[in-house]
Amino acid sequence: MTRTTQAPKALRNAGNYIDDRFHLAKTGKKQLGKVFPNHWSFMLGEIALYSFIILLVTGVFLTLWFKPSMAEIVYDGAYEPMQGVTMSEAYASTLYINFEVRGGMLIRQIHHWAALIFLAAMLIHMLRVFFTGAFRKPREINWLIGIALFALAMVEGLFGYSLPDDLPSGMGVRILQGVMMALPIVGPYASMFLFGGAFPGEDIIPRLYMLHILLIPGILLALVGAHILILWHQKHTQYPGKGHTEKRVVGTPMLPAFAVKGGAFFFFVFAVITALSGFVQINPIHLFGPFTPTSITSGLQPDWYMGFMEGSLRIFPNWFDIDVAGYSIPTAVLVPGLVVPGLVFGAMALWPFVEAWISGDRRHHNVADRPRNAPVRTGMGVAGITFYGLLWMAGSNDILSETFSISLYATTWFFRITVIVGPIIGFIIAKRACLGLQRRDREQLEHGYESGTIQQLPSGEFIEVHKESSEDVVHVLESKEPVSRIDVRALDENGVEAPSSRGLMGRLRLRLAEWYTRDNVSFEGVEPHTGHHLRHGAHGEDNLSPQDREEAATT
Amino acid sequence: MTDTNRNHDNDGAEGPDRVIGTPSSAAGSRVIADNPQGDASQEGAYSPEETHTRPEELQRKGERTAAMWFTLAFLGGVGFLVSYFLFPPDAEGHPSIASPLIGQWSNMLMGGTLALSLFGIAAGMTVWARQIMPHYEVANDYDELPSPPEEKSSFSDFFMRGADESGFTKRPLMRRTLLLAMAPLGLAPIVLLRDTGPLPRDTLRHTLWEPGMHMVVEGAARHGEEGWIHEDDLTPGGMISALPYVEPDAEHPHGLSLNDQAQTVILLIKMHEREFSEEMTREQRNWTHNGIVAYSKICTHVGCPAALYESESHRILCPCHQSTFDATNGAKVVFGPANRPLPMLPITVDEEGYLVADGDFSEPVGPTFWDAQRGK
Repeated sequence: MTRTTQAPKALRNAGNYIDDRFHLAKTGKKQLGKVFPNHWSFMLGEIALYSFIILLVTGVFLTLWFKPSMAEIVYDGAYEPMQGVTMSEAYASTLYINFEVRGGMLIRQIHHWAALIFLAAMLIHMLRVFFTGAFRKPREINWLIGIALFALAMVEGLFGYSLPDDLPSGMGVRILQGVMMALPIVGPYASMFLFGGAFPGEDIIPRLYMLHILLIPGILLALVGAHILILWHQKHTQYPGKGHTEKRVVGTPMLPAFAVKGGAFFFFVFAVITALSGFVQINPIHLFGPFTPTSITSGLQPDWYMGFMEGSLRIFPNWFDIDVAGYSIPTAVLVPGLVVPGLVFGAMALWPFVEAWISGDRRHHNVADRPRNAPVRTGMGVAGITFYGLLWMAGSNDILSETFSISLYATTWFFRITVIVGPIIGFIIAKRACLGLQRRDREQLEHGYESGTIQQLPSGEFIEVHKESSEDVVHVLESKEPVSRIDVRALDENGVEAPSSRGLMGRLRLRLAEWYTRDNVSFEGVEPHTGHHLRHGAHGEDNLSPQDREEAATT
Repeated sequence: MTDTNRNHDNDGAEGPDRVIGTPSSAAGSRVIADNPQGDASQEGAYSPEETHTRPEELQRKGERTAAMWFTLAFLGGVGFLVSYFLFPPDAEGHPSIASPLIGQWSNMLMGGTLALSLFGIAAGMTVWARQIMPHYEVANDYDELPSPPEEKSSFSDFFMRGADESGFTKRPLMRRTLLLAMAPLGLAPIVLLRDTGPLPRDTLRHTLWEPGMHMVVEGAARHGEEGWIHEDDLTPGGMISALPYVEPDAEHPHGLSLNDQAQTVILLIKMHEREFSEEMTREQRNWTHNGIVAYSKICTHVGCPAALYESESHRILCPCHQSTFDATNGAKVVFGPANRPLPMLPITVDEEGYLVADGDFSEPVGPTFWDAQRGK
């Protein structure tokens, strides 16, 4: 290696100038040496962050021309097919951005694509955090911030795509208003206040505009900042591996490598979004026409992240709508509008605390769980994905029914049933798959991996030669924590129940804890590479290790 | 230690030679602070065990590859600027991109060149990180997050002493009146929202429709009597989406406001009277005219226009959430999530056979709200 380059004078002076005022040299060195674990799944959150930055920048550009006004005008702009059409100024100014501002269409499309990718990246990032248990202590608060970010970003997106005041987006606002109206007692008031009168009024676009460009992005920005500061302070979780412990994190340091890698990734994300925006049309409002409350087209679809709400509105039947003393409670609107998102977001928000309560685990966790090693959690996650995914698909039941020539009502019924049955099946399959993988892990830990080489023994028996796994693999396999078996009938030495297991909640907790751990495969006492496959030949009939036998006997 | 070396520099903190964050020539080996033994031989930013330097040959190749990508990115960037100026407005200031085809070309050229430029930078930086820079496997210690018990208790002592000394805990009168003082201020922002809109009162129950009002086809130009819908305009199986006819005025030069359109829009459906369901009440039958029924077009679920009509089954379908209404039976809900039938508009004809309203809707139109069916 060559000798270190002397810092240029200008840089030195700037550094001194800043340090004289902030005393940053020591902190700076520590922070620039912050380590980022190497794993592709850590890039999901980065995609979200970078698309958020792109959204802020392109959004500022769009505000230069967009007019958030619902004043009705007759269009006489440059886009000929719309000339003479009555529309709002908001819609006309969006046409102006499309057809009279060079690059305006591109910026609009980048803004829209970035929004779709922002939410998609956040969702997948959340799934990663969930399935690896990275939400566990000490990171529960960051998990909650993440959920708040996702929920807010959904609202931000909905308001954003409503602004151009084209026909489909106006219908989105109409649906929002319809859902608000269904709220018992406060509904009509909330709607009148938000819309400044009856629907659509003249106030909703300016108000959504304020929320979309000022209030919500401000909160998003603050939450993103908090999210990253907390992450920075607590440091990343990491996957199990050689040298990766609860006390030490291993990875790429900020200076110089991660800064360059992260920078490169920002440009990749930007490049992909730009390429999509250049070549794949999105939300062509000039083809949809302006909003009127009296017209509609069939096959309307919201942006993808509103799909699960749309789906639940479509499939929830009106059988539970009740009248109380002549007053309507339209559950067919209230359940999809409030209960379903409440369930989805509430379950996600509560899960870290429920899990810690069930397992009684109060330790800090820095090494991520492999999803298979937490079968119940993984099963719940898969059940959640199934629930969300089916609702999301139900949001396009008309498109599905048309594409596959199935009766519309049949698709609705399909989703009504599967949205309940599907998560249960998903849970069972995922949990069984996890347990199967655990057994395979134990097998591999004990016996090494299958080398693919077939050998014939002197006895004539064919066997597959097993080889010792690499040290890294052994580390990963051994990352499985001991399973704490919980016996619901357990009494202490005096024959008395433990205080923590008394009472209704205590009993419930015990039952859940037992359910949570009962069929988890224990690795206790398993020494790497002690299985008979590596010392093959001796006992042909003995296909079970002692642990396997014990397992077979207990199940 | 780093600090020792830095302290040496700090002696001349005001002087021009002080180096921050970079080793001075005198202390070129100060970087690995925690590893004094490694100092003598150590020149990288991190310890040799954590730094896997790339072979020189790979680095040279990497430099060439990265430079190629960066050059490509430069060309892409220039291409972006060029494609901006390729589509100027014409002499009269009419934008050339207003033609959708040219606009599309402009969008693809600008998007393509910008994407190329960004991609080139990204690829070049990736090559830089993966072929020129060392591969690092640096270990950091996780901080022990809970403070030691003595620090915690010393903090809580300090905090409580401070709180006690301030009198906040010991002077309940002051504390309570302060909280009391805050309460109205907390309500103020909510109260200020009151004037964001009027109270609903009865506005949700009444629309513009009144007896004798003529109808025009929704979406068509509305000029005088020739736009009125005549009962003969409808044949059995036919459906027209219609609005009330209002003389254009200064306030609404193009007809009705969007609010009024949202409330008054109707579906006029004609069928043979024998097709009406037996369940239809006498009152509902009175609201029809010669097999023509008028329903509000706004779905009672969440307010989309229920615009699809199948003439054979006489079903009205809302394309948003597929609420289905039976047009032969007072628009009763036969499938989907809607709460109540589409409100019916009583209709009749004037002496010349033009369709007119015979009153307002039977119920509030639009999404069902809590007291929509009050008094029924």
